[in-house]
Amino acid sequence: MNAAPGQRTLWRNARLLDAASDRDEAGDLLVEDGRIADIGPNLFPENPPESTEVLDCAGHCLAPGLVDMRAFLGEPGFEHRETLASGSAAAASGGITTIAARPDTEPVIDDIALVEFVKRLAQATAQVRVHPMAAITKGLEGSEMTEFGLLAEAGAVAFCDGENAVADALVMSRVLTYATNWDLLIVQLPAEPRLAGSGCMNSGEVATRLGLPGIPAAAEVIMLERDLRLVEATGGRYHATCLSTAAAIEAMRQAKARGLAVSCSVAPHHFALNENAVGEYRTFAKTWPPLRREEDRLAVVAGIADGTVDAIVSDHAPQDQESKRQPFTQAASGISGLETLLPLALELHLGGGVPLERVLAALTSGPAGLLGLEAGRLTPGAMADLVLFDLEKPWRIDENQLKAKCKNTPFDGRPVQGLVLRTAVGGRTVYQANTDQA
Amino acid sequence: MAPAAPFSYPHRHLLGIKGLSAEVIDELLQRSEGYVEQNRQLDKKQSTLRGRTQINLFFESSTRTRTSFELAGKRLGADVINMSVEGSAIKKGETLIDTAMTLNAMHPDVLVVRHPESGAVNLLAQKVDCAVINAGDGSHEHPTQALLDALTIRRRKGRLAGLVVAICGDVRHSRVARSNIHLLNVMGARTRVVAPPTLLPPAIERLGVSVFHDMHEGLAGADIVMMLRLQTERMHRAYFPSLREYFRYWGLDRDKLAAAKPDALVMHPGPMNRGVEIDTDLADDIDRSVIRKQVEMGVAVRMACLEVLAGRFDNAPGGAAK
Repeated sequence: MNAAPGQRTLWRNARLLDAASDRDEAGDLLVEDGRIADIGPNLFPENPPESTEVLDCAGHCLAPGLVDMRAFLGEPGFEHRETLASGSAAAASGGITTIAARPDTEPVIDDIALVEFVKRLAQATAQVRVHPMAAITKGLEGSEMTEFGLLAEAGAVAFCDGENAVADALVMSRVLTYATNWDLLIVQLPAEPRLAGSGCMNSGEVATRLGLPGIPAAAEVIMLERDLRLVEATGGRYHATCLSTAAAIEAMRQAKARGLAVSCSVAPHHFALNENAVGEYRTFAKTWPPLRREEDRLAVVAGIADGTVDAIVSDHAPQDQESKRQPFTQAASGISGLETLLPLALELHLGGGVPLERVLAALTSGPAGLLGLEAGRLTPGAMADLVLFDLEKPWRIDENQLKAKCKNTPFDGRPVQGLVLRTAVGGRTVYQANTDQA
Repeated sequence: MAPAAPFSYPHRHLLGIKGLSAEVIDELLQRSEGYVEQNRQLDKKQSTLRGRTQINLFFESSTRTRTSFELAGKRLGADVINMSVEGSAIKKGETLIDTAMTLNAMHPDVLVVRHPESGAVNLLAQKVDCAVINAGDGSHEHPTQALLDALTIRRRKGRLAGLVVAICGDVRHSRVARSNIHLLNVMGARTRVVAPPTLLPPAIERLGVSVFHDMHEGLAGADIVMMLRLQTERMHRAYFPSLREYFRYWGLDRDKLAAAKPDALVMHPGPMNRGVEIDTDLADDIDRSVIRKQVEMGVAVRMACLEVLAGRFDNAPGGAAK
């Protein structure tokens, strides 16, 4: 994945943005052997040596490549929806250089041989770094825990039961306790399954008008607060993903204030859309957890702004046309999110007043730190995983331009700002925008 | 051979190590030494307990402990009866206390009781006039096992005080661990527990042990490595994902044992799950493993316990001692 040895590239005249080191300054970045060799203003007052390739960044933003803690990449078993090749190409064009892949594939990633399979496949076919997550329980059934120690040794970066929550409190308690042995990250999408029931959108006025069964906000916060109590009792390292409600954000804020070592992430659709996007049964706006009320959306934004939210994930969930062209209750959930992660997150800064460094931290150093990965920072010696983007450039999201296999996005036609110009992994360019695009 | 000085065991029963003083433990071990020698003679029989009746009452299956107690009683000259749950009235619906009262009416002198529920032996002891020896109750205590472990260690190391003892494995469900922790702490050893976090009971450090999750760290510098059996019959829900993973991180093999002192002893209360908690070739290594010695010490220790408890009745035949 790294560039050829001895190769030097100078990214010149950039706005260097690094949340980890609090850097926002004009300058240059020198890459050598796939790693950052130097960073700072005006690295070469004279011309650089001739052997050095020079990329003029024209004052655009140069940041660490984005780290996405939650994406469904299809393989193995769902190659018609996504593959590591197609998904990583989509990620590269979205400025993402590291992905933690969801384990709820077919077969489920609950055995070391499968972790090794995904790693090998990623090395052979993926353009960005793909790290497998492993299931918390065998077959995602919520009862028997997987071999945490052996799976982590094989390369699983975190543990997660996909779209299922570990519902049994005793199992979750044992999971959190056992995981402390290696300080492993347990990722839970909190939703009380009995309460969520057969609901298909947020419970409330819109659902009532549409005659659709709802998923109450309480389903999320009940499970989250239960988990927080278990964390308090066990000392496990817990991460709640895809939080969607004001109550859950507030519960997380208070848990952090109590000093619990917990973290959480949110997906762009939960701060960029609310339940009204469902409109007249638009299945592209069917997500898990569902889009919530405007108050919930605002609470998610506030959580990002004040640091309650540690990471923004794409929650990339590609679904083919057939799964979406269904009655709303029967349609599949999910949004193809890799390529819209950065521009939607930048809306928080450009339109929502969230400091740029906060947004970038949640996209880079935040998730990298949680996953224990050496990524998401611009410091000498770090891997040269980079994204160069034009913060000012306005463009429209166009589903036909998406590189992901499935184009299920509710954001088609949405005007956004901030365009990825170039993405590099280990110093090697894996995506470059057409100069005539947009 | 007769015990040297008179010794008055200050309790009515032997229900646990908890509450025994260092002096009493020391005296029991001292007496056990004598029986070790006697058991190696051709003529192993004594008449110390002649005329006394010992009932082994086992509500939980056991081969080695029951046999050990039976031999101990017979070698002291007692009449020994074995009652197991399969043949008892318990199967016909009798309560524990009714069984105790029924047996009590037959005037036994010593009851040796094993029961799957913690505290059941204490309850039974309150209802009978004879002495009761706890042969293991639930996850609570197994005092004669701790005594035989102590005897084994003392004969090999010459002492208990100051030794670093690592108790490894399923501490949560282990009565052997609890009895050993009490005994080793009273005798001045430095006790550690090493286990996956799920197999440690809450607040175990309050029992006076240092807690480790990593075998290499927990065994570093240890004089004694005491492995526990995985109590699969007491595991209602999974505490770890697989035997493969358990052995990899918590099973004793030569690599992990290398962290302990070069002359560290390996112990196991049996029965062993070979290849799960202990590497099979290590279990059979006579230089390191004293697992067979533990079995031998068991008979001697139980003879000493029966002797001092039955000895309470010397001056009050047929009646209850205080």
